[in-house]
Amino acid sequence: MSFVVDSVIMFTSQVLFFGFGWLFFMRQLFKDYEVRQYIVQVVFSITFAFSCTMFELIIFEILGALSSSSRYFHWKFNLYVILLVLIFVVPFYIGYFVVSNIRLLQRQKLLFACMVWFTFMYFFWKLGDPFPILSPKHGILSIEQLISRVGVIGVTLMALLSGFGAVNCPYTYMSYFLRNVTDSDILALERRLLQTMDMIVSKKKRIAMTRRQMYQRGEDQNKQTGFWGMIKSVTSTQTGSENLSLIQQEVDALEELSRQLFLETVDLQATKERIEYSKTFQGKYFNFLGYFFSIYCVWKIFMVKFWSQHISFILVGIIIVTSIRGLLITLTKFFYAISSSKSSNVIVLVLAQIMGMYFVSSVLLMRMSMPLEYRSIVTEVLGELQFNFYHRWFDVIFLVSALSSILFLYLAHKQAPEKHMTL
Amino acid sequence: MASLDRVKVLVLGDSGVGKSSLVHLLCQNQVLGNPSWTVGCSVDVRVQDYKEGTPDEKTYYIELWDVGGSIGSASSVKSTRAVFYNSVNGIMLVHDLTNKKSSQNLYRWSLEALNKDSSPTGVIVSNGDYDREQFAENPVPLLLIGTKFDQIPENKRSEVLTRTAFLSEDFNAEEINLDCTNPRYLAAGTSNAVKLSRFFDKVRNPEFCHMTGFTDRKRFNFKSLHYD
Repeated sequence: MSFVVDSVIMFTSQVLFFGFGWLFFMRQLFKDYEVRQYIVQVVFSITFAFSCTMFELIIFEILGALSSSSRYFHWKFNLYVILLVLIFVVPFYIGYFVVSNIRLLQRQKLLFACMVWFTFMYFFWKLGDPFPILSPKHGILSIEQLISRVGVIGVTLMALLSGFGAVNCPYTYMSYFLRNVTDSDILALERRLLQTMDMIVSKKKRIAMTRRQMYQRGEDQNKQTGFWGMIKSVTSTQTGSENLSLIQQEVDALEELSRQLFLETVDLQATKERIEYSKTFQGKYFNFLGYFFSIYCVWKIFMVKFWSQHISFILVGIIIVTSIRGLLITLTKFFYAISSSKSSNVIVLVLAQIMGMYFVSSVLLMRMSMPLEYRSIVTEVLGELQFNFYHRWFDVIFLVSALSSILFLYLAHKQAPEKHMTL
Repeated sequence: MASLDRVKVLVLGDSGVGKSSLVHLLCQNQVLGNPSWTVGCSVDVRVQDYKEGTPDEKTYYIELWDVGGSIGSASSVKSTRAVFYNSVNGIMLVHDLTNKKSSQNLYRWSLEALNKDSSPTGVIVSNGDYDREQFAENPVPLLLIGTKFDQIPENKRSEVLTRTAFLSEDFNAEEINLDCTNPRYLAAGTSNAVKLSRFFDKVRNPEFCHMTGFTDRKRFNFKSLHYD
């Protein structure tokens, strides 16, 4: 009887997560686009719902809620569904929508989509070879084969994002790093931008005028006959078009300059807003958190053992929430930056794939941070994977990502002040 | 009848509706082969003849400022974009006929541009909500352009055109529906070309056009919206 009750609870929470994913999709991701194929929205919401359910199961595990047999059942069920979605459904639809965008392949859409999916499966399978992720006693078609590969991809992604985030978050929020931007800096840059635009306009007017004169002269040229007429037509058109290409080159250079000035102005405005934000109460709170987390991240970079498993578990909880929020925000920004009305379907599905793999590998890695008595259920459900490999792999990629982010931000920080500051 | 030395028209609309293609078509009389993302603002110049063939013939330059970006951009992008909205003589609002949201966003685009207009005749909208009366009194001429007309199937056309007719009433503006990859929509003599030159006349000579007023906006004759 308790099994039925537990299942009802799980189902309700899954429906809630599904609804949240649906709303997020409609209100945030697809704010400016029309949803023409609802399957994309459904697939995204399903991936989100089952990913969140996994975290929920971990929390239930630790709290001891629901009976252990129904927990075990739901773990297995959830895992199968999410693997099905990540390995079969989402890649197939990505292939299908990519193929629909290409005009040449319109007629045999399904066939080409299947071909794309088989290519994906081949590379996905090959991925497992260089990594020592399985113990030899597993068969070829076991669930462990699939999880291990999803785990490798997801862990690499997580480590890259965490490494960058660990360095970028303190850099962004800590006021120590905020460059001093005054209003006059911004005004000066805006003035330069408008001056550049005016120069572009005047040069384009010259081009238009020259073209018109050439066109009119061209009409007159046709009427001119005789030897001198021919010579004149050859020489004057040549100088005309040479002049034109010269001005056009200048215009291209000015347009490139205007784009750079625009981006720099946006950057300065964003910095100015961050400075203003840091003076507010909310800003100060996040500044403090920034210091706190930067210390935790530095500690994570350089040290390996934990001094208290339960405190680290609380931190794990906080990290889950902030990483889900951070991931959704990052995905949204990324989506706005690169999507267009044609490719929006493909990009959302790719984001759903990344999100699913990220969450699955979070569960894998979280095993390390969980108190010993709760690790058993994860080990039991996920089979005997070489968990230590994943942890070492994560640490390596995290370190590489963090160090390259430090280098990258250092270079960017050093370069910027010379350009903007008025002396 | 005062006419202006410098005529600046903004081209506004969501990302991907076809503003760059439209501007290229209007200024170079050619179809844009490789549209790419507009970063910041791209300007082009259209040579317009006024009273061609008469002794009063004059050649004017009309600057078309194609401002890139989406209405939901970060506030830093919006504040930077605002520098392009100064001393504007006319606004072309571009929307994608296959995407209803791009049409809805035009209300926000027009408010963003008109709110920032620093010239004394600019409309000052206080609470950021759409108010039809203020659009009726708005001295800055607007033109509504719907793109990707060829991608609408025949049976949906009348529904789309009804929707855009409501839109043009709300903005108190004329509307043109076309396909930016086909120059025939704006060929000389079509009703689209007539509406376009009327719009540019209004932009150039604001006081003159206030005298004549909007007289024949409401005739939506669906047949005339095709090119022929």
